[in-house]
Amino acid sequence: MSAEAESAGNGFNIHPMDQFVVKPLFGHGDVGMFTITNVTLWMGITVLAIIALLVLGTRGRAVVPSRSQSIAESIYLFVHKMLEDIAGKEGLKYFPYIFTLFIFILVANILGLIPGAFTTTSHIAVTAVMAMAVFITVTLIGFYKNGIGFLGLFWISSAPLILRPILALIEIISYFVRPISHSIRLAGNMMAGHAVIKVFAGFAGALGVFSVFPIVAIMAVYGLEMLVVCIQAYVFAILTCVYLNDALHPGGH
Amino acid sequence: MASETQSAASEHAVGMPQLDFATFPNQIFWLVVTLVVIFFVLNRIVIPRIASVLADRHDTIQRDLEKAEELKQKAVEAEEAYNKALADARVEASNIVVATKAVIQKDLDKAIAKADAEIAAKAAEGEVKIKEIRDNAVKAVKVVATDTAAAIIQSVMPAASDAKAIKTAVTARLKG
Amino acid sequence: MAVEGDLVQMGALIGAGLACTGMGGAAVGVGHVVGNYLSGALRNPAAAAGQTATMFIGIAFAEALGIFSFLVALLLMYAQ
Repeated sequence: MSAEAESAGNGFNIHPMDQFVVKPLFGHGDVGMFTITNVTLWMGITVLAIIALLVLGTRGRAVVPSRSQSIAESIYLFVHKMLEDIAGKEGLKYFPYIFTLFIFILVANILGLIPGAFTTTSHIAVTAVMAMAVFITVTLIGFYKNGIGFLGLFWISSAPLILRPILALIEIISYFVRPISHSIRLAGNMMAGHAVIKVFAGFAGALGVFSVFPIVAIMAVYGLEMLVVCIQAYVFAILTCVYLNDALHPGGH
Repeated sequence: MASETQSAASEHAVGMPQLDFATFPNQIFWLVVTLVVIFFVLNRIVIPRIASVLADRHDTIQRDLEKAEELKQKAVEAEEAYNKALADARVEASNIVVATKAVIQKDLDKAIAKADAEIAAKAAEGEVKIKEIRDNAVKAVKVVATDTAAAIIQSVMPAASDAKAIKTAVTARLKG
Repeated sequence: MAVEGDLVQMGALIGAGLACTGMGGAAVGVGHVVGNYLSGALRNPAAAAGQTATMFIGIAFAEALGIFSFLVALLLMYAQ
């Protein structure tokens, strides 16, 4: 089928999914568990970028911050305020975890926008692990803090009695859909945006002089993607805060 | 079949690379390593550092605000003192003005009185002098008239020249 | 055999195209959320800042379903 597509390709050699292939960095072997792949490379770059921003940037510890320090401080305060607003004071205990998720997703998303980069957060495997981790942790916290009362999250006591079992069913389904939507939202957004850019780039390669239109479109989509990557990191973090709040205060919202 | 897919994948992606389950363990492993590293960097270095910087800044701002409040209080006090001094000075100035006015009035009165006295004395002296001058002039007129009358009579009718009668007549005429 | 495979693929691609209509629903939903937020914010600007997070949560929920349809389309196209 692949060869068929190759032979039938009349100029439009668009392979929007090529950019997501996980390959070994050295050689052409199979991808084992510990193989050094482009995933390793880009996650390493993500870690280095985070260290450069948050550790080297705040090296001065100045009361009047330098530029990089004020960026690091604004990110810190942003996540801190978000967590405190949504999950309350008790939620602040989990601040390092939320901050880790947020900064990893944000930096990985932004690095993924560099042309030629590999976007680690566009893979279901990566986002699903994070979403499942959030889901399991939040569920455990819920049962640990509230005991069996955590199930009150599904038993809406303000609804009429006759509706409660139906609502409970819906609530339980939506509860278990959470990790799926949580992970697929991020991966899907990343994948879709990058694939769209790649498709336009394929048009640009085939249109000759008229490739100026796809290129303008790529610039527009790139600007939109810049917004989307930040919003998706924010949304992932804020939904984590919302789930955490549900676990800490299952009764009232 | 699997190896065929694998070799094809290195050329071009067939299907979705996201659903190539062979790469999942690799991604998950490296993701966990990355997240653990980031977590330790954040938890050990970044969060304490930024928290301490923010606390320092909060303290500094608080201290500065307190200092500013103190300075403001001082400024208010200084303003009050200034206003009081200003009012005092105004009262004193008006007192001085009144006193000075009185002194000047007195001096003025004295000077006017003195000047009036001098003027009166000068006027009296002048009157005396004028009277003297007039008397002298009248006397001189009498002498000249007598002399003239005697000379005229002498030349017109020398026999009737009587010095005593001429004098009497001139005096009577001058009085008339 | 080959004809059967082609038929299956055709059906899958048509299904993928149909699945993409779901994204339109997500677009309407997101637009609805943001539009209502904006009209509320213009009426009461003082309360707007506090509800930005809520708006983003609403957007995320509305958008999730569009992403699901996108995912279904991708699965139909690529994962058979």
